Amino acid sequence: MSVETESGGPSGADDPSSDEPTNVRAVLAQELAATDFRLILVTLLGVYALFAVFTFASGNGMGALKSQYTRLSFLFAAYAVLSLALNLQWGYTGLFNIGVAGFMAVGVYTMSLLSTPPDAISGQGLGLPLPIGIVAGMIVAALVGLIAAVPALRLRADYLAIVTLGLSEIIRLTANSKTLSDWTIATFGFGTGGGSGTDLPARPTNTLVETYYAANNTLAQRAAWVIVMLGFVIAIYWLLVRVGNSPFGRVLKAIREDELVAQSLGKDTRWFKIKVFMLGCALMGLGGILWQGSQSYVSPDSFRPIVTFYVFIAVIIGGSGSNTGSVIGSILFVGLLFEGPRTLGNIVSSAVNLGSPPGTFAGAVEPLLVFNFAPFLAFLIDNISAFRFILLGIVLVIIMQKRPEGMLGHRTESAAAIDLGRDTPGGTTGGDHDE
Amino acid sequence: MGGSESLTWGARIREQPFLFVAILAGVLLVLDLIARLAGVEIPMIGGRTFGGQLTFGRFRGLVWNGIVVGLIFGLAGIGLSMTYSILNFANFSHGDLVTTGAFTGWGAALLVAGWGTADTGYLLLVRSGSGPNVNEIGGSIVEAPLGIFLGVVVAAVATILVTVLIDRLVYKPMRDRGGISLLIASIGAALALRYVIQLVYGGSNRGVTSTRDVETELLGLSIDLHEASLVIVAVGLMLGMHLMLQRTKLGKAMRAMADNKDLALVTGIPTERVVTATWIIGGALAGISGYLYVLERGTIEFNLGWFLLLFIFAAVILGGIGSIYGAIAGGFVIGFVHEVSLVWIPSDFNAAAAFVIMILVLLYRPQGIFGGVTTA
Repeated sequence: MSVETESGGPSGADDPSSDEPTNVRAVLAQELAATDFRLILVTLLGVYALFAVFTFASGNGMGALKSQYTRLSFLFAAYAVLSLALNLQWGYTGLFNIGVAGFMAVGVYTMSLLSTPPDAISGQGLGLPLPIGIVAGMIVAALVGLIAAVPALRLRADYLAIVTLGLSEIIRLTANSKTLSDWTIATFGFGTGGGSGTDLPARPTNTLVETYYAANNTLAQRAAWVIVMLGFVIAIYWLLVRVGNSPFGRVLKAIREDELVAQSLGKDTRWFKIKVFMLGCALMGLGGILWQGSQSYVSPDSFRPIVTFYVFIAVIIGGSGSNTGSVIGSILFVGLLFEGPRTLGNIVSSAVNLGSPPGTFAGAVEPLLVFNFAPFLAFLIDNISAFRFILLGIVLVIIMQKRPEGMLGHRTESAAAIDLGRDTPGGTTGGDHDE
Repeated sequence: MGGSESLTWGARIREQPFLFVAILAGVLLVLDLIARLAGVEIPMIGGRTFGGQLTFGRFRGLVWNGIVVGLIFGLAGIGLSMTYSILNFANFSHGDLVTTGAFTGWGAALLVAGWGTADTGYLLLVRSGSGPNVNEIGGSIVEAPLGIFLGVVVAAVATILVTVLIDRLVYKPMRDRGGISLLIASIGAALALRYVIQLVYGGSNRGVTSTRDVETELLGLSIDLHEASLVIVAVGLMLGMHLMLQRTKLGKAMRAMADNKDLALVTGIPTERVVTATWIIGGALAGISGYLYVLERGTIEFNLGWFLLLFIFAAVILGGIGSIYGAIAGGFVIGFVHEVSLVWIPSDFNAAAAFVIMILVLLYRPQGIFGGVTTA
């Protein structure tokens, strides 16, 4: 009987402020919550330490490390929000949504239409206050999710995948359309900017940094935004733990395991799926706003399907069905797979003089015949971005083959609302991910 | 009699109001098309008009393009449909098999066509880097028919090798898993394959076919010989598939496996061999369709197949997943929608229109046009 790590009893997760544990169960729950927190912290510190080594090894100083850490933390937070949202849909409920990028785009573009100042250069908005834009972005993302979910949920699980992928491409093509943007500007006075992208409202933290800390310190402004994002990550994590442990969450897990059984227990599983799909899509919209919407400018290219697959890889590494796993998966994905190879490539190319890389694969392979490996290595480092994608693909396949439950994806859930036993770390009795 | 009929109609409309709206919209579009072809223009609100100007020549061109593109979707879709029905998963790496065939086939074709004009590496890597231009190499059906034909064969063989290798490495250890696990693994395989192709062949979009003298007059019709050879090869392969499925033992075994895997096992069908045959046939058709697609459009890039994947899925779903005749028919419909929709909407949206059709069909007939019939 292993329990999902973060679902360590309702009291611990729900009420972290209680300093004095009153009974054994509360102590246990707090301990488990601490274990979760510790896992995330250790992973985070490990990746930070690794990058400190990377940065110093490539001969850069503290300044480079600071901006590297800000960039890493920004991506951690962005992927954590998205993978938590995806985990709610896929990990908890088994809804296979591969249109994450599309829902992000809906959030960002809605926010842009409402909150970008009307005098912006590219694209134009209504200039409403930012909170209205953000909330509206989440609501519209949820509504688009509803449109996708209502019909698609009647279909086979993999049809939902294809429908959501198609929908996200439709959304991207719509945002990319110059015709539509021109027409809406002429008719309503706001537009999406088409393929050349659109300006976005500035981060609200920027003015705070300028007033109280230093003017025009872009690193400080970015760091301040990262702190806001981390706040959102914690809030969403808390929300999803609450959802997962509620009766609502137990129905979701029941749907994932066997929808027919959940139905025969009198649950309207379709309605549950629709609600959870909408909630997840709203959070994806929020994730899009926190990530792409915070960068003063956005173009449809930021919402290619590959972004969805990044989020998927993060969730799969962490283990679907575990919120802690989603956060850890995001950290590992960004640190080891996304940023790591590039940084490592920089170190190698600065440490070893491999000569100028050959322009084509033929030029790289030919010297191999006379056992000259330097041009090939230089070619690989020159094409590190392609190499990174290959690595991603291989990692994905290996995880699915060897450890489909990821790092923390325990599929055995306690049926009882109270905690019946301690979790065995890494104990996996669950099956695979097919639903 | 009339009363009861109108009642059933009313009931039907109330049952499926959106379907009714869709049918109504379809009828309107056909009427509008006829009006456009006849040159009738009726002004409506907001500067829009019903009908308008559309020359018959342009319409015929769009329909022909639809058929050509539809053949590509259908040909590539056969393999996707077969793997879906026999292995029970949506293979997201299918699009990159299309790209594999396009690059390997064109490498061979250019090598034969341009032998002596440039060094082997440049030709074999499909003009990666700098070297002579397309017209100097002369990769066209007129200037190097042997090269083009050899390209088809190489595209098929190379893609088969890659497909079978991926099956052994990725899917074979996972045979007993569910569809979603395999789907995710196929996304991984797709990523790895696509970027291996990018690493080897380079990321640039470049032209590969020479179009000198490719347009000819035949029986008073202007014919693009590249498109004509595409149509001949594709139709030939589709006929071959039909005969294989209906006349051979392998085809029978495939249909049996698609129908009921356990029953097929019990009756002594060598399932693993049928699976390999499925990959071989599906891979060959995917590779050839990629090669032919490049023959028609003239340019090649590493994510060509990935961009086609959703259209191929749309075609396969439209025709009823698992049915190869459905895949062919679905390919025609999606190709037709993709091209003919340009009559009404700007080219920003014709791809979106094809996806919308896919989603609509999924909503009202998730089993597809040929639904219920698998690999037959």
